[in-house]
Amino acid sequence: MSKVAIIGVGQSSFLRSYPGSIRELAFEGFKEAMQDARLTTKDIDASVICSAPEYDKQRSPAGVFAEYLGLNPQPTFYVESLCSSSSMGVRLAYSLIKSGLHQTVAVIGFQKMSEISSSESQERMGRGADIQWESPFGTMMPAYYAMYTRAHMEKYGTTPEDLARIRVKASTYGQLNERAVYRKPVTLDMFSDPENRMAGPVASPLRVGDCCANADGSSCIIVANGDKAKSVCEKPVWILGLGAATSSVNLAGRGLFTGLTVAQQAAQQAYDMAGIAPNDINVAEVHDCFTIAEMMAYEDLGFAKPGDGKELIKGKETYKEGSIPVNVDGGLLSKGHPIGATGGSQIRTVVLQLRNEAGAMQVDNPEIGLVHNIGGVGLYGNVTILGR
Amino acid sequence: MGNVKEVDDRFKKFGTVSFTSITKTNDFIKYLEEGKIMGTRCNDCEQVFFPPRSDCHQCLADNMEWFEVSGTGKLVTFSKLEYAPIGFQEDVPYCIALLDYGDYKIFGRIADELSDDDIKIGMEMKTAVNKLPNGQLNYVFQKV
Repeated sequence: MSKVAIIGVGQSSFLRSYPGSIRELAFEGFKEAMQDARLTTKDIDASVICSAPEYDKQRSPAGVFAEYLGLNPQPTFYVESLCSSSSMGVRLAYSLIKSGLHQTVAVIGFQKMSEISSSESQERMGRGADIQWESPFGTMMPAYYAMYTRAHMEKYGTTPEDLARIRVKASTYGQLNERAVYRKPVTLDMFSDPENRMAGPVASPLRVGDCCANADGSSCIIVANGDKAKSVCEKPVWILGLGAATSSVNLAGRGLFTGLTVAQQAAQQAYDMAGIAPNDINVAEVHDCFTIAEMMAYEDLGFAKPGDGKELIKGKETYKEGSIPVNVDGGLLSKGHPIGATGGSQIRTVVLQLRNEAGAMQVDNPEIGLVHNIGGVGLYGNVTILGR
Repeated sequence: MGNVKEVDDRFKKFGTVSFTSITKTNDFIKYLEEGKIMGTRCNDCEQVFFPPRSDCHQCLADNMEWFEVSGTGKLVTFSKLEYAPIGFQEDVPYCIALLDYGDYKIFGRIADELSDDDIKIGMEMKTAVNKLPNGQLNYVFQKV
């Protein structure tokens, strides 16, 4: 069976408030990916549109985007798995291409979160959990992840400072990333100053600085079969492994609170498919919607043993010069988290790394990269392994 | 005059803000009003469910009976919210938590009267019906 490649990547700047409509926002990521792949719209034989739809007034954005992006009359698909929607979109594109049904597929992720207030946004995000049995208690994403944080601290002795170190790392690279929403430095001192905003309470033990920023943004990944990729692309990046899993939406249905089973299962599938092990990964993008999420990702992906994630960040092993660079584009914490666009943006970062085109964020000549993208609080998990 | 069909939307009474009004498990609210917290058990395969459900995914039967949550569970984890989603701002601060009863777990809130120092992972707690200031009903975890 022929291989499947990524031949073009793009994303908009991630902004607090995008000054345009959702179709215009989607166009930004799409335009960059099309220029990157040096394709015309006639080359795209299907599109996959990815987002969490409850932020939009527009029903069924896929059809609207297909027209605006010049992709009529080709078919379009709409994929939703909360924050992992665009990784799931790439998984769909892979299977569409592998089936032979399509040759070249554009996966477009987007989210314009600024149309609603922050507390309304928290309410909608909370409704990504169990609306019948959990949401009536007043749940929100930071509080769910805080419950995992508390359990991780209790079992492994992880400290608020260990988590703050992850935020400091994110800001190191957010400052280098022109597309990031948060480009200011963050220091450990900010977390120990009760007057500082970073140390402000949200849902204990998580603080403001432990949480990613809402943002508006779009991303686009162009996926093609091997023949097409070789004929049009100088540096195709190959999809080596894919993994995807689901879990109980209500925490009452789960057994593990110090890691995400969906991440562990998706990672194992992706490693098996690629025929590699965790220590073969040279660069990774993980879903750091909260600092604890990156800590658990280190462990769920096998970069560290359960409970040892804190040693990786203390030893700066996940910095650009370390043994396993993670989120050297600022991650969701600094780059921002426009839900439907996030997976595509993570994939774009790893593709640029593997092509040695990541500029100031470039790690030393990586050959294999990994993307870990989670939807909800470990409701959906996607892991994608890419290689040169 | 035509017949007015009565809609059983009792579930809108669950929690500070309910996002569901009609469910086959509406009797959960009747039991809350009686001071009981109930789960369901499949009469065909004995599988126990909390939160209660009307369909068994294990044997595909819809032959459920209610059982009362009793005894104590162990506190698995919790978080205190200092910021709340829209509709819940007047409740702040409050703690959400998970209790493990062995055969099932319960997601809910910790009773407001417990201070931070009183709450420890692993502690035994019981679940009790709670009437909210706005007249709604939920349940909370109390110290035993």
